[in-house]
Amino acid sequence: MARETDLLRLATAGSVDDGKSTLIGRLLFDSKTLFVDQLAAVERVSRERGHDYTDLALLTDGLRAEREQGITIDVAYRFFATPKRRFIIADTPGHIQYTRNMVTGASTADVAVLLLDARRGITEQSRRHAFIASLLGVPHILLCVNKMDLVDWSEDAFESIREEFVEFATRLRVRDLSFIPISALHGDNVVTQSKNMPWYDGLPLLRHLERLYVASDRNLVDVRFPVQYVIRPQSHSVRDYRGYAGTVGSGVLKPGDPVMVLPSGLETTIETIETADGPVEEAFPPMAVTVTLADHLDISRGDMLCRPHNMPTVAQEIDAQVCWMDESAPMAKGGKYAIKHTTRWARALVRDIAYRIDVNTLHRIEGIDELALNEIGRVQLRTTQPLFVDTYQDNRQTGAFILVDERSNKTVGAGVIGRATVAA
Amino acid sequence: MIPSALRPERSERDPLKSHVLSNLRSLEAESIFIFREVAAEMARPCLLFSGGKDSTVMLAIARKAFAPAPIPFPIMHVDTGLNFPEVLAYRDRWVKDLGLKLIVASVPDAIERGIVQEEPNGSRNRIQTPVLLEAVEQNGFDCLFGGARRDEEKARAKERVFSFRDEFGQWDPKNQRPELWSLYNGRVHKGQSIRVFPLSNWTELDIWTYIAAEKVEIADLYFAAEREVISRDGMLYMVNEFTPRKDGESSERKTVRYRTIGDANLTAAVESDADTLDKIVAEIAAVRVTERGATRGDDRVSETSMEDRKREGYF
Repeated sequence: MARETDLLRLATAGSVDDGKSTLIGRLLFDSKTLFVDQLAAVERVSRERGHDYTDLALLTDGLRAEREQGITIDVAYRFFATPKRRFIIADTPGHIQYTRNMVTGASTADVAVLLLDARRGITEQSRRHAFIASLLGVPHILLCVNKMDLVDWSEDAFESIREEFVEFATRLRVRDLSFIPISALHGDNVVTQSKNMPWYDGLPLLRHLERLYVASDRNLVDVRFPVQYVIRPQSHSVRDYRGYAGTVGSGVLKPGDPVMVLPSGLETTIETIETADGPVEEAFPPMAVTVTLADHLDISRGDMLCRPHNMPTVAQEIDAQVCWMDESAPMAKGGKYAIKHTTRWARALVRDIAYRIDVNTLHRIEGIDELALNEIGRVQLRTTQPLFVDTYQDNRQTGAFILVDERSNKTVGAGVIGRATVAA
Repeated sequence: MIPSALRPERSERDPLKSHVLSNLRSLEAESIFIFREVAAEMARPCLLFSGGKDSTVMLAIARKAFAPAPIPFPIMHVDTGLNFPEVLAYRDRWVKDLGLKLIVASVPDAIERGIVQEEPNGSRNRIQTPVLLEAVEQNGFDCLFGGARRDEEKARAKERVFSFRDEFGQWDPKNQRPELWSLYNGRVHKGQSIRVFPLSNWTELDIWTYIAAEKVEIADLYFAAEREVISRDGMLYMVNEFTPRKDGESSERKTVRYRTIGDANLTAAVESDADTLDKIVAEIAAVRVTERGATRGDDRVSETSMEDRKREGYF
């Protein structure tokens, strides 16, 4: 039974032309996750539309507008499992006008699976996808060179793409980069080893995903415990109980550990770490626990527990890369937004927009006053309350924030905090 | 004690898996986080409870999220008047055991008051939506928890964990809030609301593995037993007041169980010998037809029937 399995989150990017839907359909089908009635429905609709093949894109394109236009608009979440692992796929559209959707999918991904067509080689789109994956701190990037059948299974074709991409990736922050030559249509190197490419001595895609070592991607060093909710039962049986509920952002917490509470700076020690199933000896990410402390301190939601000698930066000036997601209005210098960082809300003023990044060429475009939909740029914010931040590179939990429009309440921006954060 | 399937991996077992949570533990932790986030940020949340396995798992996890304090929000049951009687008894047991406040939004009552009209095909799937929305308005709820999962249906695969609804309770799939990391945005103006799906990332198999590992008490109808059934359009319906034998139909005794529990006039049983949780888990792991395809007459209507119903305010 599925007792030992863990959970791997992957984001896929690529266009329909790259064969992405075929690849996902094959992963689902070959791992026996695609159900017979789902397949029958897709076959029926394909026939009704006069396709002479089963259009597996119909599986993932679930919305009426997507089916009508034949494009993927939004992130779709798909699930499959093997005896070794459970997978969550955030399947994102590839086109530049959906950059925000790829940013969304990549924000929680352990691995980004980027797909390109062996005949076309590296395009602007593949560069953009790799840049977004690296910006969002996805620890592993897997480049699948698809349609190898159409280049006669040529090792030279694969090698030249690999060399060109490695060269490009030196300009990005990529921790782990792998390449797999595949044919999604024929199933080569998807689940089983290809017989057509004996020169490839790596693992097929699914085996690679099953074995990917992700434990060290988690930050187990810097203790960051954002207080999410204070549990104070008003009953006689547990009088005086005060538990701080939250999800471990990073680091490992143990009873007896000294902790510092932010923003007060007061120090105490962890008394117990509790769950509804009983106390635990340690808590690590992403466990949801309740911490009790040795001293009665005034602590509320939005506060953070850390170690006395390993604190995040307490900052009201934030330097970040922001992806703008609002189609109704650009982010403008001087604009004010609500900001959510860990479990803390504040207001933020856009003090400056230093430059925008051309996501295809990675060039910086300076002298701008606003960021439009899908644009990514470097901005300086000032917040009304101090936030307890780390750089996104060090910590995906305390290095990320969203911006919310205060009139419409829509989520309009996503930010990753850079190194130049100024202490308050 | 923590059941073994949920206990964090210990380093002596596999050093590479030290400090790695199991799949079920990760999913449970994510759901707990979502419950707490809502309790902290929303003014008046409420949990939709149908008596089915998914809403039962929701309730079991909600209890864990706030222990040792009680669950800090009421639960609501939209009573279509077409419930299996076993499910109502089961619902009332949970309410009593956890000391919950139960709100019942009654469809038969709404029909009597002229709020909605019975549809010709007898399905109350569509007309329960206005009844739900009326109850939300009367109680001033700004957030409803639902047990929907993304693996159930393709429109649901695109829905956010925090799903915004306008003043009419409508879902606009083209205008959803981006949802990044675990930074959920539940901000609404008065009259608007958020539907929250804590089990978004669970699959049917996860639900059953969890129920088995945690020994969550579920409705008896999920277990195989010999029941009197009629076969209609290839589906097996239990003979009862909701699906009586029609003229010319013959019934027979078969060993069946329910994979989903919805309205008694629409939910079909499946042939199965799975009369224990372990057998159910094994059956679900091997099954090749989706639960809705196997058991729901209502979802076969069109390619986009779920999307259409959700736009109107359905879950």
